[in-house]
Amino acid sequence: MPPASPHPLLNVQHINKRFGGVQALDDVGLEITAGQIYGLIGPNGAGKTTFFNVITGLYTPDSGTFMLDGQTYQPTAVHEVAKAGIARTFQNIRLFGEMTALENVMVGRHVRTKAGVFAAVFRPASARHEEAAIEDMAHDLLEYVGIGQYAHYTARNLSYGHQRRLEIARALATEPKLLALDEPAAGMNATEKVELRALLDKIRRDGRTILLIEHDVKLVMGLCDQMTVLDYGKVIAQGLPQDVQKNPAVIEAYLGTPAH
Amino acid sequence: MFNNTLNSPAKKVLAIAGFIALALLAPFIAQTFGGNYWVRILDFALLYIMLALGLNIVVGFAGLLDLGYIAFYAVGAYLMALLSSPQLTSQFADLAQLFPAGIHLGFWWVLFIAGPIAALFGVLLGAPTLKLRGDYLAIVTLGFGEIIRIFLNNLDRPVNITNGPKGINAIDPVVFFGIDLSKAQELFGIKLSPGLMYYYLIMVLVIAVVFISLRLQHSRIGRAWVAIREDETAAKAMGINTRNVKLLAFAMGATFGGISGVVFGAFQAFVSPESFVLWESIYVLAIVVLGGMGHIPGVILGGILLVGFQEVLRELAEPAQKMLFGHVYIDAEVLRQLLFGLALVVVMLYRPSGIWPAPKREDRPVVRTRSHSSRLEGGM
Repeated sequence: MPPASPHPLLNVQHINKRFGGVQALDDVGLEITAGQIYGLIGPNGAGKTTFFNVITGLYTPDSGTFMLDGQTYQPTAVHEVAKAGIARTFQNIRLFGEMTALENVMVGRHVRTKAGVFAAVFRPASARHEEAAIEDMAHDLLEYVGIGQYAHYTARNLSYGHQRRLEIARALATEPKLLALDEPAAGMNATEKVELRALLDKIRRDGRTILLIEHDVKLVMGLCDQMTVLDYGKVIAQGLPQDVQKNPAVIEAYLGTPAH
Repeated sequence: MFNNTLNSPAKKVLAIAGFIALALLAPFIAQTFGGNYWVRILDFALLYIMLALGLNIVVGFAGLLDLGYIAFYAVGAYLMALLSSPQLTSQFADLAQLFPAGIHLGFWWVLFIAGPIAALFGVLLGAPTLKLRGDYLAIVTLGFGEIIRIFLNNLDRPVNITNGPKGINAIDPVVFFGIDLSKAQELFGIKLSPGLMYYYLIMVLVIAVVFISLRLQHSRIGRAWVAIREDETAAKAMGINTRNVKLLAFAMGATFGGISGVVFGAFQAFVSPESFVLWESIYVLAIVVLGGMGHIPGVILGGILLVGFQEVLRELAEPAQKMLFGHVYIDAEVLRQLLFGLALVVVMLYRPSGIWPAPKREDRPVVRTRSHSSRLEGGM
């Protein structure tokens, strides 16, 4: 394992989030080293998705500090977080169903491009180049995630596994510093899981940092460099997968308290 | 395969050329066979198409259900009325002193300023509705449309600005290089009626609106609109500033509505709040939905069919009944409404995405515009 860098890519601390009487997140914090896959696991209702929604700006936290790549960011508006460099996928796939796969990825380029109404209507050379570059990169990304041949398919009509890949390609199009995946393996069969694992591995090898929320403990254990386990909104274990696996609190959270 | 790739574009060009020729000749055909009345109907068909294209940006592209769209048409029409008629100078002595000949800004200047002003009204409508979706949005926009109409209806007291329900008349016509379009002209021995000249004027504007709509649709902005329509949360997560992009959709739609209104005011030479009732908003929405939401050729077809259908029924409903039954059982107006409703139901049941929806692209081959060199490292 590489030594923890002095400036972690993502450093969030002391996050609290309450929904009415439920403390969904209780002083949660974690540090993600650049270039790693960081796993976030926990039983149902542990607060994984809430944490995800808080760091990406979908929910406003009650408290917490947020640092991305050495810069403080305020997760108050979702589109600002995307601009700052966190791109996410959704637990229940949220593609732009009636658009083609290619157009979906092209939308991902929105935040890094700037053509406005004037450029759209008059198409000066700069706008034409930008548009060509957007399309080019979208094709590249579709090929990168392995669905290049489906570029002109309507997103809605793609198979489940391909939709998951498309969502990843769309997120990559925003040139994220951190790629945050919310249960990407949910609903996948064994073969699709193996392929997904290979894809995530490839993305890591290309130097990207991934935050992975997963239900499938096996997938996380084999893939992640570091991990955090949440239960009832609290961090119950943090560290290397092999250490976390042996942690009695984790075993208890997943398997229940042994009978006496 | 060979046929498809070679023949299809040629066919398309031929079809488009045929359509353009028909569109250019339509008023002459209408005049020859039906007289000036039918030319005026063509003018109104074009106006409704222009309105529908504007609404298509809001409803079809961005997916924001707007039931008050006619308000922008009203804004344009009243701008034309107030800035190119004796209304204001006849009511305000100070203004009359400033402009002894009356305010006659003229069609072109009003057209120029109506766009930005209508856009401002679009933003005014859009701003409070940013967090609303679907039916809630529809209710607020409906309210907005009614507010504008009620204002126009009541702004004759305490000071008379809009002349209330009586409306404003004596609006200046369009003058094009010294040619008054409201008077019949002769060109190379061909007699040009006002309806005919307005037809070509509106046609030019419609072409401009189609061009702008198409360019917007196939751009970064157009994709952002459709992304918001398809999934607003995901669009935000992709870094789209949904507030600005939605306001832009409202503003663009309103601009086209306002411009249509200016033409309407000049063409009719008279405006009153009666022309901007809720029914008109619904009618324009019906054109968009029946034609094919988000698909520009579909929206144009929807406009032609709906306006044409209405007028043909108006003309034929009573004679046809007399011929069939020897007696008029149902009033033409009632029958028209009845069949209009029925047509809506039938189309929505059997063609829920409209008569001419956007084509599916599944079978289109993947064509890459550039060679296959991997640019991943640099590109990503």
